[in-house]
Amino acid sequence: MSADTPDDRNNAPAEARRPGLAGGLRLLFSLRADKSLARIGLMSLAFSAMFAAIAVRLVMMGAGADGRSDTSRAVSTETTGIRPDILDRNGEVLATDVRSVSVFAEPRNIIDKDEAVELLTAVLPDLDATELRNKLGTKRGFVWVKREITPRQQAEVHRLGIPGVGFVPENKRVYPNGPAAAHVLGFANIDNVGIAGIEKYIDSQGLGDLVGLGFAQTSTDLKPVQLSIDLRVQHALRDELLKGIEKYRAIAAAGAVMDVNTGEMIALVSLPDFDPSNPVDAHDKDRINRMNVGVYEMGSTFKALTIAMALDSGKANINSTYSTAGGMMRFGRQVIKEYHGTGRTLTVPEVFLHSSNMGSIKMALAVGVEGHKAFLKKMMQLDRMTTELPESAAPIVPQRWGEINTATIAFGHGLAVAPLQAIAAVGALVNGGYLITPTFLKRSEAEAKANAPMVIKPETSEAMRFVMRINGEKGSARKADVPGYFVGGKTGTAEKVINGRYAKNKNFTTFTAVVPSDKPRYLFLAIYDEPKGYVESGGYSTAAWNAGITTGKVIERVAPLLGLPPRFDPPEHPFPTMARLGAWGTR
Amino acid sequence: MVSRAERTLVGEWWWTVDRLLIAGLGLLMIAGLVFLMAGGPPVAERLGLSTFHFVNRQVLFLVPAIGLMIATSFLSLRHVRRAAMVTYAFAMGGIILALHFGPEIKGAHRWLSFGGVSVQPSEFVKPAFVVLTAWFFAEGGRKSDMPGGLLGILLLPATIVPLILQPDFGQTMLITLVWCGMFFAAGLHSLWIVGFGGAGILAALAAYEFVPHVRARIERFLDKSSGDSFQIDTALSSFSRGGWFGKGPGEGTVKRILPDAHTDFIFAVTAEEFGIVVCVAVLCLFAFIVLRGLLLARRAEEPFCRLAATGLILLFGLQASINMMVNVHLMPAKGMTLPFISYGGSSLISLALGMGFLIAVTRKRPRSEYMDRIVRPFSRGRSEA
Repeated sequence: MSADTPDDRNNAPAEARRPGLAGGLRLLFSLRADKSLARIGLMSLAFSAMFAAIAVRLVMMGAGADGRSDTSRAVSTETTGIRPDILDRNGEVLATDVRSVSVFAEPRNIIDKDEAVELLTAVLPDLDATELRNKLGTKRGFVWVKREITPRQQAEVHRLGIPGVGFVPENKRVYPNGPAAAHVLGFANIDNVGIAGIEKYIDSQGLGDLVGLGFAQTSTDLKPVQLSIDLRVQHALRDELLKGIEKYRAIAAAGAVMDVNTGEMIALVSLPDFDPSNPVDAHDKDRINRMNVGVYEMGSTFKALTIAMALDSGKANINSTYSTAGGMMRFGRQVIKEYHGTGRTLTVPEVFLHSSNMGSIKMALAVGVEGHKAFLKKMMQLDRMTTELPESAAPIVPQRWGEINTATIAFGHGLAVAPLQAIAAVGALVNGGYLITPTFLKRSEAEAKANAPMVIKPETSEAMRFVMRINGEKGSARKADVPGYFVGGKTGTAEKVINGRYAKNKNFTTFTAVVPSDKPRYLFLAIYDEPKGYVESGGYSTAAWNAGITTGKVIERVAPLLGLPPRFDPPEHPFPTMARLGAWGTR
Repeated sequence: MVSRAERTLVGEWWWTVDRLLIAGLGLLMIAGLVFLMAGGPPVAERLGLSTFHFVNRQVLFLVPAIGLMIATSFLSLRHVRRAAMVTYAFAMGGIILALHFGPEIKGAHRWLSFGGVSVQPSEFVKPAFVVLTAWFFAEGGRKSDMPGGLLGILLLPATIVPLILQPDFGQTMLITLVWCGMFFAAGLHSLWIVGFGGAGILAALAAYEFVPHVRARIERFLDKSSGDSFQIDTALSSFSRGGWFGKGPGEGTVKRILPDAHTDFIFAVTAEEFGIVVCVAVLCLFAFIVLRGLLLARRAEEPFCRLAATGLILLFGLQASINMMVNVHLMPAKGMTLPFISYGGSSLISLALGMGFLIAVTRKRPRSEYMDRIVRPFSRGRSEA
């Protein structure tokens, strides 16, 4: 009974088989009722297939329906809920979750929307009535009325008894120490998603997946994240910088304390900062974390790197001498002058002590352009440094690096790096030669040194501690020489580049200190942006008069907290190699 | 019950009609009223009518509809054709009147008002068109003096051109599809099928290309984010909220925001309140009626009966499937009601008329009545033997 077989034609009525157009047309127009039985059967099949498809689709929807309400679905997609606590190195809480409730509404269940708006705004007066009315006017199944309300507000809203208005428990992120560690912690938004700082780092570690899989229900299920930050030191550092910023009328300040043997950041402050519990101004342009998002020419602090390079390369030793006669050097059309000109021939410790530009340049040129570049690369000054903090900036490296660049970078101009990057390098200069990437998480010395490359010889490191100590005793770092702590340090004053020119009266000052110099434990850094001179400084606004003083005060306050006992008798043989070599200043 | 001992009009009717088909249709009407109690009130409330306005109206229409269906099913074949012809004439007249004098509702002129009663004449044209087409094709097959095939072909443009002018693309598409199905069943040469298939594809492409509203609908179907998909999103959320067993009668909430909850989207409302299991049951009921109808069509040996039954059941089945497929998002949105379940007076009366015709043409008849026109499946083989 197959009607559509090819032999149809042969079975067609006789007249249709006649050749010619008429026959063809007739065949075309003839209705073959005998085919209809099969064709109707085919239609039954088609209908069956169509109904089966609808049935399958219905069953799929039945299987897919989870019976959950729109509300729970909306809440689960809109909030990630919980976060682990963040603790400082001593277990003090820096960030934690607090249970709170949020009010939501189901507009389609609200009978009188105007009444609901009136009642809700009476209880929650900071709600915008027009906005709320518009929200309730939509046909959506779920809208937020107000997030994270107080228990008293919850009771009041509850008492209103508006149908279609309900509460969802939520977690509110709180930072009990206010702005103290703002730039390290970052913050989480109202949906408890980490937006910046360590909070964002935590999210990148797969927390969301864990919660999504249902393993973690409350924040106590999550292991707290312990930072290397010491809240007490953090507070003291911020306090001193705040005082300093006021006294020196600087536009910004930053500071850090680092454990030189583990790379742990004990404190990190960048001012101005923000309150992570209410980070309304966190995205203002001047609120960046100047320690790792800002890049700066570090000035004379970089001379320490130059001297270390020269000593470590063997092109110089501690007793090498450099003439500063003439007080200036020419590179083509450019002239570089001595700042504290002596005109004498200087030994290496003296170059450091007098912060001699010419001495530094001669040392760098002795190593050569390529050697200089390779050394800075090894010291991680030419690439972006990444830590746990998601925010970071790449250094600004000269495009073409010639002799003039080596000359200026030797005394800290022409290469802009993040201060965090610079202190990692200085840490390596004093800790025996290990370049340790700074961390914000607690770790041990063994863990830190396991993958820290040795970048300079221990003897070179001793020489650097020696010259820094001499500078602390007799040089520009005297302002930070807190008795009993054997402080070594280096000032750095760089003229700020404004519109492509060095501005004579706008300084960027840094002070780096190592405590104690003989067996270094901590590195201190203070930075001021555009500090002004004041009466006691005689109008000077160089590093010693602001960053230096602040560092001294910080050391004085925090060294006892960090468990460093003051030693009122100077150590017997602090720098044995230097003494053996008879370096300048040991006698 | 009805006695077989003596030949009465009713007795003859009772024993010759397909009682399973009638039972299926009756069940559908009852189910429709129950579902309308879910889908009607939210729309009635929105329009400021009394809660059960649509249910009451539907009952009001259902009584004459059932009467019309049963009355029609008593008709002889000759009277079926005449009734169809008269209905067709009136309906086409109505369509043309509506085109010129009807009020514009949602950009189309589809309605005629007679003293407070609104009628959609295009609804009535559908069953009449099917019966007439079946008649023409059947005559064409007999090679009588009447140029049946040609008339059957010409009837299509004559019917759909005024519909396109209204415009009413939904009805146009439905009528064209049914006509193609009947054409197919009538046994025209396979070349025609290829030709019409190609023309159909071309027409669909042209509509997509040149009619912005068609294009928008299809794009919205393929990519939900491309535009306003509120209607279908809401319908789908009805299904997911209902789950297997539904929220319970009167417990639905999505229906309150679902447009056309009482007409085009009543299937989704049913899912929310009565559950997907009930939806599958409704689907099975439709499938039963359609497959039963097609089986009866195959059994009918008289060509007109067979074609008319096929066409009428196609009309019913396609309308139901398209509506359900739109509801479950297997097809782009298309305004089509669910037969006997969606609210609508014109639609109900027209369906009753169509089903009355169907019952009439599928009645058992003594072969002697139509011996000369019989379709013999094996006649070919016999003539060659």
